[in-house]
Amino acid sequence: MRAIPLEGPGKPSAADERARSRRFEQIFTTHLDAAYDYAHWLTRDARNAEDVVQEACLRAFKFLDSYNGDSARAWLLAIVRNTYYTWHQKHRAEAFNVEFDEETMIANGADASDLESSIGSIDQVLRQKDARRLVNEALAELPEEFREVIVLRELEDLPYKEIAAIAGIPIGTVMSRLSRARKLMLQHLKQAQQEN
Amino acid sequence: MDCNDSLSRLDAYLDQELDPPGITAFDRHLASCAACQQIFGAQSALHSGILRHATYYTAPERLKERIRARIGSPARPSFGWQWPKFPQLGLGAAIAATAVVSWIAAIEYTAPREDDLVLEQVVSGHARSIVTNHIADVASTDQHTVKPWLSGKLDFSPPVNDLASAGFPLLGGRVDYIGNRTVAALVYKHRDHLIDVFVWPERKAARTTPIDRPSGQQGYNVVHWTDSGLAFWAVSDLNAAEMKSFIEAYSRGGAT
Repeated sequence: MRAIPLEGPGKPSAADERARSRRFEQIFTTHLDAAYDYAHWLTRDARNAEDVVQEACLRAFKFLDSYNGDSARAWLLAIVRNTYYTWHQKHRAEAFNVEFDEETMIANGADASDLESSIGSIDQVLRQKDARRLVNEALAELPEEFREVIVLRELEDLPYKEIAAIAGIPIGTVMSRLSRARKLMLQHLKQAQQEN
Repeated sequence: MDCNDSLSRLDAYLDQELDPPGITAFDRHLASCAACQQIFGAQSALHSGILRHATYYTAPERLKERIRARIGSPARPSFGWQWPKFPQLGLGAAIAATAVVSWIAAIEYTAPREDDLVLEQVVSGHARSIVTNHIADVASTDQHTVKPWLSGKLDFSPPVNDLASAGFPLLGGRVDYIGNRTVAALVYKHRDHLIDVFVWPERKAARTTPIDRPSGQQGYNVVHWTDSGLAFWAVSDLNAAEMKSFIEAYSRGGAT
């Protein structure tokens, strides 16, 4: 199978194409796991994650020349994100609603004093045998905007600046989303402890 | 800094996004405020809980192949090096050479992520024990008390030596949790500084010499090495020179 032909004047030489392939291969091999992990947490489904990543990689290859040499990982993850939103609109009518979730959270009173009282239980929860399941659930149930900042920050270990670039939001918004995401997760874990 | 400032900066502190004066101010407030310590404790428990427990999904091999097929990329990775050719060697040697190259590639492309994760967990384990004042499960300067206690809690026996003569008295030990397993944490003291040495068995532990691992976090010095099938991670806010003499003392009196 041939590579997608380049557009624009002048036919690229075979050597150019090989160089391009190599360049892509390097980005692709290094960051594919990050792309897949991010897509998996966005879609919460292995098959959909594969579809999104495959589509994103094809786009990335096509637009390789737009990559400006900054963080290759942030560049690829931003494409994964865009691809995911396109895919999401196409495949699912289900809308997510941040305001609603924030209201729920405020109604549940996730403030500082509430957190204080939950400290002992968080430690206990994380020592339980099913801690893995509980943490994964708490993360999976976060509204999308909050879930993705936690995944990018904690699992991909990205700085705020790169998260802001990937999600296309200001750094201040990254911080407030992270903060709310963590409160929601603590609350979820606390509830899990109480139900136990 | 008051509690409101401190809480508004807590995420940035945990995420290592504060500048050095910000870190100092935060540390100072945290040291004196029990309420903020509690909240910090919950947040850092969540942080390490996510690192330990949240699933990191890795791309299935078939996905890689599918994408390569679609873009017409070579089926074999080419990271700038070429597959070595050994025309004059037998098949066995060629297989062995291939194995070595794959092994090098594996180290190069998988080790940093795992290692960075461990580095982060080691540093937060150390910081958390100080902030929550949970320094040792067994507080004893006697290595003959600490070692059996740890061996009883773990499936291996870490080398424990009192290094008081070198200026690093043993304070005790605790069981910690790093990289999905329970590990030994040995606690030493030097002047007002605490040093944690995290120890656990490591499968592919060839002996390596101690190397400094820039933690990029809150001014901690981290040194990592492996010996006799055990991985060692030493963490402290000691300066680099003191850390070096600690590692020397530990290696002399420690790892058997």
